[in-house]
Amino acid sequence: MIDLIYFSWIRERIGKSGESIETKSSTVFELIEELRQKDTRYFEVFSDLGSFRVAVNQELASFDAPLIGAKEIAFFPPMTGG
Amino acid sequence: MYVSVQNEFFDFSAEVKKFSESLENVGALVTFTGIVRGQKSKTLDYMFIEHYPGMTEAQIKIIMEDSFKRWKINDALVIHRYGKLEPGEPIMMVATAAQHRKEAFEAAEFLMDYLKSRAPFWKKEVVNGKEHWVEAIAADETALSRWR
Repeated sequence: MIDLIYFSWIRERIGKSGESIETKSSTVFELIEELRQKDTRYFEVFSDLGSFRVAVNQELASFDAPLIGAKEIAFFPPMTGG
Repeated sequence: MYVSVQNEFFDFSAEVKKFSESLENVGALVTFTGIVRGQKSKTLDYMFIEHYPGMTEAQIKIIMEDSFKRWKINDALVIHRYGKLEPGEPIMMVATAAQHRKEAFEAAEFLMDYLKSRAPFWKKEVVNGKEHWVEAIAADETALSRWR
């Protein structure tokens, strides 16, 4: 099981702050594709790869990052701290 | 090194005093404070900041450790708030202490640039009762390139 966490407008548009899933995807990109097939909300949220970032086990990761050892994957828009 | 990610209001002058009293053999102390703008033209009701508990603290520490490797600084402090913030309230502050001002200024700017686009915070503004997420601007990303 992998915990997915959503922040900011991604959380609002999907309608939940997170969920646990079973996946056979081997990379972040494959997982995104899998999520896009779930329903139209996910499809729309994850349609533009340039509009969001991903963290694997609380570290920023690229879309081709492998999911081996991934326990927590977070999706969020570009950060606006400071 | 001091990091605090907190909802509570902080007193800038008290934090600077505490930080400066903890230092030894320092010739320069630089501080920066970010404040919620009043947004005169569009009347901001309030700001809401969301963050990623756990990753936020870890990410700030990584950025601070990096600043210690790049400059000869004695100590650094980062306080960043989350939750509901009213116009005029402090959002965050950075302080750096070094023997000389160049190091202290540069390290503080570096910390600011990285906190803006690498620390997992997301700002929402509520203007005239309508809320919107603040979009990251390209200039913030460009600002990082000078440190590479």
